[in-house]
Amino acid sequence: MTADPARSRRVRAFVFLAVMLLAVGGSVAYVARAYGDRVRASSGPDRADTAADLAAVTARPHVVFRSTAPGPAEGHVAAVPVDAAGGPRAVTPAVCDRVYATRAHAVCLAAEATLNARTYRVRVLDPGWTSGHDLFRTPGLSSRTRLSPSGALVATTAFVYGDSYNSPGKFSTRTTITPVGDTRAGTDLENYTLTIDGRVTRNPDRNFWGVTFADDETFYATAATGRHTYLVRGSVRARTLTALRRDVECPSLSPDGTRIAFKKHGTLADGEWRLAVYDLRTTRETLTAETRSVDDQAEWLDDTHLLYGLRTGPVKSGTTDIWTVDASGGGTPRIFIPQGWSPSVIR
Amino acid sequence: MGRVYVSLRDRPAGDAGDTPGPGAVRRRVASTVVLLGLVSMFTDVSSEMVAAVLPLYLTAELGLGYVAYGFLDGAYQGVSALVRMLGGYASDRTGAAKWIAVLGYGVSAVSRLAMLPAHAFLAITAVVTADRLGKGLRTAPRDAMIAAASRREDLGRAFGVHRALDTVGAALGPLVAFGLLAAVPGGYDSVFVVSFAVAAIGVALLVLFVPARRALPAARLRARGILRELTGRRLRRPVVACALLGAVTVGDGFLYLSLQQRTDLDATFFPLLYVGTNTVYLLLAVPLGHLADRLGRARVLVGGHVALLAAYLVAGGPVPGVAAVVATLVLLGGFYAATDGVLPALVSPLVADEARASGIAAAQTAVVVARFASSVAFGALWAVSGPGTGLVVFAALLGVVLPAAAWLLRSAEAGR
Repeated sequence: MTADPARSRRVRAFVFLAVMLLAVGGSVAYVARAYGDRVRASSGPDRADTAADLAAVTARPHVVFRSTAPGPAEGHVAAVPVDAAGGPRAVTPAVCDRVYATRAHAVCLAAEATLNARTYRVRVLDPGWTSGHDLFRTPGLSSRTRLSPSGALVATTAFVYGDSYNSPGKFSTRTTITPVGDTRAGTDLENYTLTIDGRVTRNPDRNFWGVTFADDETFYATAATGRHTYLVRGSVRARTLTALRRDVECPSLSPDGTRIAFKKHGTLADGEWRLAVYDLRTTRETLTAETRSVDDQAEWLDDTHLLYGLRTGPVKSGTTDIWTVDASGGGTPRIFIPQGWSPSVIR
Repeated sequence: MGRVYVSLRDRPAGDAGDTPGPGAVRRRVASTVVLLGLVSMFTDVSSEMVAAVLPLYLTAELGLGYVAYGFLDGAYQGVSALVRMLGGYASDRTGAAKWIAVLGYGVSAVSRLAMLPAHAFLAITAVVTADRLGKGLRTAPRDAMIAAASRREDLGRAFGVHRALDTVGAALGPLVAFGLLAAVPGGYDSVFVVSFAVAAIGVALLVLFVPARRALPAARLRARGILRELTGRRLRRPVVACALLGAVTVGDGFLYLSLQQRTDLDATFFPLLYVGTNTVYLLLAVPLGHLADRLGRARVLVGGHVALLAAYLVAGGPVPGVAAVVATLVLLGGFYAATDGVLPALVSPLVADEARASGIAAAQTAVVVARFASSVAFGALWAVSGPGTGLVVFAALLGVVLPAAAWLLRSAEAGR
C-alpha cells in the first residue's frame, strides 16, 4: 500500500499505454482484415454462373430477384427463366436490397447510409434496368415492397425504430401506398379506417405491413394491434381496412386471386413462423410442407407453387436461397434459385 | 443517432472535494470528475455504436422479425431500474464505489464481445440484458464518486462537465458505427469488436487512474442506517418533487413525432432531431451547471421545466414549421442541460456521505418510474385526442405541478 507513488504512476501509465495499443491495434487489424475479405470476395470471380443473356431471359416468363452469390454481381438484380431457374442468371446493372418487378417496371429499395442512421431510397426502374426515377426516401429498415399488377401503385413497408424510442417494448412500421408517378410517400395505412369484428379501432399501437395487391383498388395486408395480427382487405379509394382473419402476416395473393400465402406465428417461439395458405373462398387454412421458420413475404410461382427466401447455415458463412414448395400442403421444399433473395415472377 | 434517455442518465450526491484553488471564482473541476467523464464518454461511444446498429443487425442480418425486435427493445430498456438501487446500496455497504462501478462498466464491455457468437434470439436478449444490468449497476456509485470528488458549491458544474463528456460519446457512437458499416458493408462483427475496444479503454481509465476512496469500515452504514437516510425528511421532498415532475414529463420521442406529423417533416430528418437536442444539451450542460451553483440548483431545475413546458406548447401549438422545430430542439436541449446534471447536484448534499450512492439511486429510480408511467399515460392520451391536444394537456398539468415541485425543491435546498 505504501509503494513509491511516482513509480506506481509510471507503472499505471505504462499499463494504460499497453491497453490503448492493444485496443487500437487490435481494432485496426480486425477491421482491415474484414475489409480485405470483403474486397477479395467482391473482386474475385462470381460464385454463380452469370452468363445468361438478359434480353433473352426477359423475353420469356422469368423470375427477377436479388443475387446473393459472392462476387462482383452480389446485390445486383438478376433474372432467370422460370423453366431454367437453377441455371445461369442474367445480371442487371441495378443494385437493390429488395426488388419487385412487373412487366411495366420494377421497384427497388436501396439502403443509403447517412451519418448517423439508415434510410432507404425507393426507386422505380424502367424495363431496361438502367434508367428510372426516385419516388421518395424512407427512414428505418425497408423490408417489403410490392407493385400492383398494372404497375400503377407501389406499396412499401419500413420498420421505424425511432418512433418507439421512448415506448419500451414497442416498434412501429410505416406502410404507404404511392402512385408510381409521385415523388412523395403516399398515404400511410395508419390513416385508413381499420375495422375489426365490425368495430372501428383507433388503437395507437396499430401497425401495418406486407401489402399484396389484387388490382389498383383492392389489396390485402397485415394489421397488428394488441397482441394479435390480422389479415385485412383494403380499399385504396375508400381508405378502409377490414380484418378478415387472425394470425396472418405478410400475405401474398395467388395469381387467380383465390388464396393468400402468409406467415403464421401460432404458438411458436418469438421470431418464428410457418408458411401457410388461406383459401378466401372456403376460409380453409393449410400449412405448407416447409417446416423451417420463414420470415419473408412469399411470391406465387404459379397457382400451385410458392417461392420464398430462406437463410441457411451460419450467419456469416451461410447463404440465402429462394425455395419453392407446393401451395397445397403436399410435396417437399426444394431450392428453386440458389443464392438469391426477393423473387418476383413475370409471367 | 445521439440519444437522450427518457430515464435520467445518472444520478449523484455529495459535498466536499479535492478541488484545488479555493477563492478562485472559477475553480477547475476535479480531475476525478474529468476522468469519470472520459470513462463515460468512451463507454457511451461503445454502447451507442451497438444500439445504433442493433435493429439493423437483428432484422437485416439475423432475420429476426419486427415483433422479436420489439420484445428485445422492452428488455433493453426495462432492466436497469432495480439494479440501479442495488448498485447504490452495494456501493454504500461495501464502501467500495469504484469497484462496483468497475464491475458495471466491465460487464457492459464484455457484453460487446459476447455479441460475436450470439446469433439466436435468446442469446442476444441475454447479452443485451447483461449490458443494461451493467449500466444500472454503475450509475449510482459513479455519480457518488463525482459528488465525493467535488466541492459542494461546484457540484452543478462538476456534473455538467461529466454530462457534457457523456453526451459527446453518445453523439459519436452512431457516427463511428455507421462509418464502419460504410467501409465494411455487413461488417457487424467489426462494429462489435471496435465497440469492445473502445469500452476497454474506458474501463482501463477507470481502473488505473480514478482514485478509490475506500471508506473505513467504521464509517460505513448498516442496512438500517442506509434505509433511515433514504426515508429521511431531507431527501423526501426532492424525491417527491422528482416523481411529480417526472409524471408530467413527455418522452422526447413523442415530441419529435408530434413535430414530424404536424409539420410534414421529411421522415428521414427524424434521427437529426436527436442530434439537434444533444448538441444543445452538450453546449449548455456546463454553463447551466455553473449557473445552478450560483443561482441555486432548485431555481435552474425549475427553469428547465419551464423550458420543457414551452417546448410542449411550441411542438403542440397552432403554428408548426421549421422555426417551431428549431425552437423545440433548443428548449428540449436546455431542459436536459438544466435538469439531468443539476438534479444530482441538488440531491447529493441532502444525504449523509455514507448513504450517498443509495440516495442518488433512490432519486433516479423515482424519476425513471414516474417518467415511464407518464409515457404510458401520454401514449393513451395521444391515441384519444391526437398529439396537439395531448401536449397542451400535459403543458397544463406541468403548469399545475411546477409551483408545488418548486416549493418542495427550494425548501429542501434551503434546508428548512
